[in-house]
Amino acid sequence: MSAAPAPPKKTNRIGLEVLNYRGGKTTLCAGCGHNSITERLIEAFWEMGVEPQQVAKMSGIGCSSKTPAYFLSQSHGFNAVHGRAPAVATGALLGNHQLRCVVVSGDGDTASIGLGQFMHMLRRNVPLIYIIENNGVYGLTKGQFSATADVGAKLKTGTVNELPPIDCCLAGIELGATLVARSFSGDKRQLSAILKASIAHNGLSVIDIVSPCVTFNDHEGSTKSYAYMKDHEEPLHDLDFVPGFSDIEVEIEEGESRVVELHDGSKLVLHKLEHDYDPTSKIHALEVLHESTRRNEVLTGIIYVDRGKPTLTEMLDVVDEPLATLAERRVRPSREVLEQINEEFR
Amino acid sequence: MHATPTVPSVPAEQSGSLHAKERVINDFSIQVATVNGSGSQTANNVLMRTIFQMGVPVSGKNLFPSNIAGLPTWFTIRASKEGYIGRKKEIDFFVAMNAETAQEDTLKLAPGSALVYDEPLKLNELRSDLHFYPVPFDKLVGPVCPEAKLRKLVKNMIYDGVVAQLLGLDLEEMRKALFKQFGTKKKKAAELNWGAVAAGKEYAEKNLTKTDPFRIEPMDRTGGKLIIEGNTAAALGCLFAGVTVLTWYPITPSSTLAEALISYLGRFRREAESGKGTYAVVQAEDELAAVGMAIGAGWAGARSMTCTSGPGVSLMSEFIGLAYYAEIPTVIIDVQRVGPSTGLPTRTMQGDIMSNALLSHGDSKHPVLFPSSPEECFTMAQECFDLAERFQTPVFMNMDLDLGMNNWMSDALPYPEQPIARGKVLTAEDLNRLGGFARYKDVDGDGVTYRTLPGTKHLQAAYFTRGTGHNEKAVYSEREDDWIQNMDRLTRKFETLRHSISPPLMREQPGAKIGLVSCGTSRWAMEESSDQLSREYGTETNWLRLRAYPFSDELAAFIERHERVYVIDQNRDAQLLGLMRLDLDPARVAKLRSVRYYGGMPLDARTVTDEIVMQEGL
Repeated sequence: MSAAPAPPKKTNRIGLEVLNYRGGKTTLCAGCGHNSITERLIEAFWEMGVEPQQVAKMSGIGCSSKTPAYFLSQSHGFNAVHGRAPAVATGALLGNHQLRCVVVSGDGDTASIGLGQFMHMLRRNVPLIYIIENNGVYGLTKGQFSATADVGAKLKTGTVNELPPIDCCLAGIELGATLVARSFSGDKRQLSAILKASIAHNGLSVIDIVSPCVTFNDHEGSTKSYAYMKDHEEPLHDLDFVPGFSDIEVEIEEGESRVVELHDGSKLVLHKLEHDYDPTSKIHALEVLHESTRRNEVLTGIIYVDRGKPTLTEMLDVVDEPLATLAERRVRPSREVLEQINEEFR
Repeated sequence: MHATPTVPSVPAEQSGSLHAKERVINDFSIQVATVNGSGSQTANNVLMRTIFQMGVPVSGKNLFPSNIAGLPTWFTIRASKEGYIGRKKEIDFFVAMNAETAQEDTLKLAPGSALVYDEPLKLNELRSDLHFYPVPFDKLVGPVCPEAKLRKLVKNMIYDGVVAQLLGLDLEEMRKALFKQFGTKKKKAAELNWGAVAAGKEYAEKNLTKTDPFRIEPMDRTGGKLIIEGNTAAALGCLFAGVTVLTWYPITPSSTLAEALISYLGRFRREAESGKGTYAVVQAEDELAAVGMAIGAGWAGARSMTCTSGPGVSLMSEFIGLAYYAEIPTVIIDVQRVGPSTGLPTRTMQGDIMSNALLSHGDSKHPVLFPSSPEECFTMAQECFDLAERFQTPVFMNMDLDLGMNNWMSDALPYPEQPIARGKVLTAEDLNRLGGFARYKDVDGDGVTYRTLPGTKHLQAAYFTRGTGHNEKAVYSEREDDWIQNMDRLTRKFETLRHSISPPLMREQPGAKIGLVSCGTSRWAMEESSDQLSREYGTETNWLRLRAYPFSDELAAFIERHERVYVIDQNRDAQLLGLMRLDLDPARVAKLRSVRYYGGMPLDARTVTDEIVMQEGL
């Protein structure tokens, strides 16, 4: 930073500075991919003008699960138990379906202990943003392999992983998530567009983000290191996100770009790279994922979008107000109702 | 105490004589042995309701297998002019419809019992000291049920007619009971079944000569009362408690609670204009998710609950510790069954008293309510929700299969007198006035702190909920003093709760030196046993019925007033006594004796009496 006079403070569409979206100081290792993701989340929520008090930040246990304390300090947060953030987040949304919910999890949380909860959250299309900060190892317990570790990946100790990884994006597409993306913590521009798209999306967004662990999995032989990602990241497209509330006209060059319009009128512009990719086709999405795995590439971008599927809270057909704060007269039936029920058992 | 059934003791008026001169009126038990899935439940309910409608106090216990169809099942109806509705150990009047168990069932009966049986079983060849009533059910069912595939179901209604004739039941009441059972939509089926009842009655009238002493005569002790299962009453309690989120996973014997609640929510909690619900129900993928969702919903401010049984409670252990330590309200209804492990899924036990009270690792303890009747299932379910929100903690309602799935005679369910309690929740206006808050700061000195709900529109509303160490401001802390201070405050909160939860109920008379203590359904056996000890042995006992944990100070005072106190437990390891041991000083613990039963049947008074008689050397 230079010593020049401070520029006028920038505010978002609801008049808040980015400061209002910050959280506590991170306690993770310097250089941890998770910290970059935290930064992108702060920017995305600020740029989208989401009211912080309307957000609930949920997590399980692990390095990734600590991060909700590092962003959006004006939002309620809940650091629950290992692998069980999906249930807690689902419950919170049942209690108050007006909340905007973001879950931050890790690969241990999601692909091992919490795999069952993850799968059932997918099935239910719970309307929330589910982030997987994926580094292939358990950081807090000092570097054991997780279930997303690639075949042949090597620990610092020399141990080689021989089991196939669980691909959370494949699971997401197959089982019902309605926005599925993969990104890299170091890809600022792409990750930013994906996060903003997930905020605009109505439904479950699953974002699997390769996020290197600088302490336990950033060495030669690692497949989740900065160096490995530099060589193996294969973006599906260049992404631009245009919020629904902006005046920017989207102009696309025929045959070069696609536009996917999201729930709130926002637009995702997918600029063609090697191939023209249509993220609304489930079969195609599964195919490109399998294909990239075969080629040892890490495919990134918006892999799948389904804009028509009802969310869990829509399917439950509840009243418009949050259930949490309904007045007594709306939740306790009358004396006459009880008398009617008593009569049925006489 | 032995789990194996002992030889039933024989009432004096029955033994030795097949032509008892004294009639036994409105004080005996009827047991019907059938095969499950044969529609016998309808016939049994009609029989029980008929007696109930004649004004005679009844109870119905269904002993059923963990299976859908084809295995033996026994239904026991007790008629008691004194109003005892616990199980009666002795069977007086038996209906043998199941060939597979008929011989063993017959051999178990006490001399002088009555036996209605399917004629081809020739049970009269097994012994000669019973009153035998053979009935050719297959011959009778043909003419009344032309459709062959329905005969298996209709056949059971024939025994209702036979029993009605033999016991002197009011046929008009039986007809009413039958039509109530089938409901208004199944009139045709009801008529078909009524034909079977009539055929049974007619056969018995013409062919059987009454020799046994058992009779039902009209009384007036059931006016205004209900026949209801505890699970249904508990579901209604949740409905009137204003439950807004139910997340559950099916498990016997709690599933019918969730299903009853879902049905009532659909009927009574959809708003007239929009048709939208004031509730959300999710059938979760397992009990971990079920309680996790309930906790998430409680955190967001919902009146949330789950219901389960022992195996589910075991799975919920980690989450309950989180809710205790992070101070999140939710309600867990545990309808206990026999464990350990899968155990006996369709038999009853008070097996989870300890686990409900102390569930999870580290220092954790939870309020537990012990309903004993449908009325208490109803009122205590409401109390659970209010306590959970007032004290921001998970609250257990400890039921059992006997209470949950059997038919109980009950007073009408009373409309709640008190408004719903939501506890210490700060709104944006409160925060404006206060200028902020510290989530875990004991402002009022009662250990109960203030919370805000996510979505509260105020800059100071947010806090961070965590199961890791935290200070008053909900900030992560590993400091020794923060940890101890917080744990001590949680203890203070528990002590405040001790004085806010349902107190025990007692019956005392001067001079009695022996006390009895129980919780939940043991109440019925305890109260009847106390009367038996007085009537049969001249030994006076007082009793105290615990209705909640943490225990009230009245428990210690009750023990103080007695020389010896028998604690009645429906489990092997004396869990209620064990929990009392943790709470009481050694001098009082030294006065405690244990009465235990763990065979899976609803506890009966005779078992309790026999055990106390043995220990007392009476």
